[in-house]
Amino acid sequence: MTDTAASQPLLSVSGLRTVFETRAGSVFAVDGVDVNVRRGECLGVVGESGSGKSVTFSSVMGLIKPPGRIAAGEIIFDGRDLRALSPAEMRMVRGGEIAMTLQDALTALNPALTVGAQIAEMIEAHDPGLPRSEPARRRAIRTRAVEMLGLVGIPSPDERLRQYPHEFSGGMRQRIMIAIALASRPRLLIADEPTTALDVTIQAQVLELITELRTELGMSVVLITHDLGVVAEHCDRVMVMYAGQVVEEGPTAEVIADPRHPYTKGLLGSIPRIELRGQKIQPIEGQVPELIDLPPQCRFYSRCALAGADCLKPIEMRRVGPDRQARCIRTRKEVGA
Amino acid sequence: MSLTKLIERLLQLVPVLLGVSVIVFIMMALTPGDPVEIMIGDQNISAEQEAQMRRDLGLDEPVHQRFLTFLGNAVQGDFGTSFYHRRPVSEVIAERLPATIELSLVALILALATSIPLGVVAAIRKNSVLDRLATVGSLLGVSLPGFWFGILLLMLFAVHLQLLPVAGRISYQSEIEPITHLLLVDSLLRGRLDAFADAARHIILPAITLGLPMTAILTRVTRTSMLEVMRTDYITFAEAKGLSRRRVIYRHALKNALIPTVSVAAIETGSLLGGNMIVETVFGWPGLGRLVVESIFVRNFPLVQAAVLLYAVTYVMLNFIADILYTVLNPRVKL
Repeated sequence: MTDTAASQPLLSVSGLRTVFETRAGSVFAVDGVDVNVRRGECLGVVGESGSGKSVTFSSVMGLIKPPGRIAAGEIIFDGRDLRALSPAEMRMVRGGEIAMTLQDALTALNPALTVGAQIAEMIEAHDPGLPRSEPARRRAIRTRAVEMLGLVGIPSPDERLRQYPHEFSGGMRQRIMIAIALASRPRLLIADEPTTALDVTIQAQVLELITELRTELGMSVVLITHDLGVVAEHCDRVMVMYAGQVVEEGPTAEVIADPRHPYTKGLLGSIPRIELRGQKIQPIEGQVPELIDLPPQCRFYSRCALAGADCLKPIEMRRVGPDRQARCIRTRKEVGA
Repeated sequence: MSLTKLIERLLQLVPVLLGVSVIVFIMMALTPGDPVEIMIGDQNISAEQEAQMRRDLGLDEPVHQRFLTFLGNAVQGDFGTSFYHRRPVSEVIAERLPATIELSLVALILALATSIPLGVVAAIRKNSVLDRLATVGSLLGVSLPGFWFGILLLMLFAVHLQLLPVAGRISYQSEIEPITHLLLVDSLLRGRLDAFADAARHIILPAITLGLPMTAILTRVTRTSMLEVMRTDYITFAEAKGLSRRRVIYRHALKNALIPTVSVAAIETGSLLGGNMIVETVFGWPGLGRLVVESIFVRNFPLVQAAVLLYAVTYVMLNFIADILYTVLNPRVKL
């Protein structure tokens, strides 16, 4: 995807800070995050648990509930400031223009409602073009629901509308959740760990499906994952998060070939690879710091092999290529450059 | 829900009823006090007459013999003759049953109608003033003994404020020709709004007293399960779909949250049977509960025996209904 001057990013988040108030203090789960999702692209968001990747996009969706709150930042979607919208306006964006799927479809689908009902309510909530009269309206919703199930590859969708989530396999449930999310024809799909709960063979199918539908429906996709392999295969650009901050961002191929942040490099080193059989996987030593009362220094400091005295000050994102940034002052010298 | 399952359930009743009969029979036999002595009281009666009475009531036979006779008759639908009323037990019970059914139903409806909304609101506004009131209130509701709370209500509303009647089901001037024998229903069927109001004024205090513990328990169960459900992924997903809060709460959350509430409600409805004995006695309610209490005092064996069997059947049936409701609410469970 190329970014022409005429087309603004579809989603542009800047300076986002999301805080959770706890007894121990304020947890800055997301601390000064900038995100740009361009039209039609797939952005991979990578990071380990607690890095802030899910919280960032829950913030975008307006799904942060007390004790959490968005403390600062701007969320611009297609020229509109989402934080300034009324709850009713936000509800139309949420689900309607930006849809989201969760990690585990087994727990994300309501066990007490049929699959058909769960798709239908999405269509009903977001399609203003439905017929006015009740029978015609119902027929239109049903047709649409069948069409969506067919689109994600559920066999005999007509009959399966009446079934409950537990009557489907794990992969099928994931497809159903995608069908629900896409039933409103959103312009941005946020897929939060869409494959983590699935078998490897099913994982590939679901990712393939998302990629296909992205092209077919012309939407943008944010793929949240902790699997750089998934990103390498499906995403145009990648954003690596660590301890509530973005540490590296750029075109996927470039970032993987030449990581500019020690953490990205560490992530790549911890993927088992067939050509390196016999060698030990290199885990990243240490743990993600607690996000309470963080000292104003590089957050990767305690785990970084390259850390030095000059890392003990706030580190800003730096441009490291035409379309790339990294949050490390040592990149050019030591990291793969 | 298949016919075989229904038959299976009915067959399960057999050992339950047999066990209950044995236990009640033994307990009544072991309880000190002799029905004949109680009937005689202070009257001067010859030993000959007393022996005759004992023979009439079948009490001259040994306990095991009496039990077998009872069982043989009961299987044929004959539960014996009430010592006290000198009429068939089934007839006496049938007369008193509608009052108890009416009281229990009103108590159940009141309990469900207050506890479920209260539990939902308490969960949604967790830690609000209303939530705290509901929590404290339900703790009180479980702890207050029914006889004491009932007397308290009587003193306040009937004695001090004189707003409501002290006892009974209906005033003499409001009596109506029975249809279903449920006075609230009959008065409406006959178009007698005055009688309906009168019956309602009579039933309100006993129904509140009877339903209070159940209301308290169901409020807590609903609140807890609602809190649990609101934390699930499918609620997050429903919110992410941009559904209205109303829809998320009532369609997505409540249907799941009611599953435990229904199970507990069925069991608690069974416990209304026990509550009835106390509440009916306090409020002079002419139902089965009070009849059983009176019968226990005068050692009216056949009546107690039959009533307890009826309680057992009701209890098993309530659980059965709970199971059916459970499958309606929870599609993952099949009977």
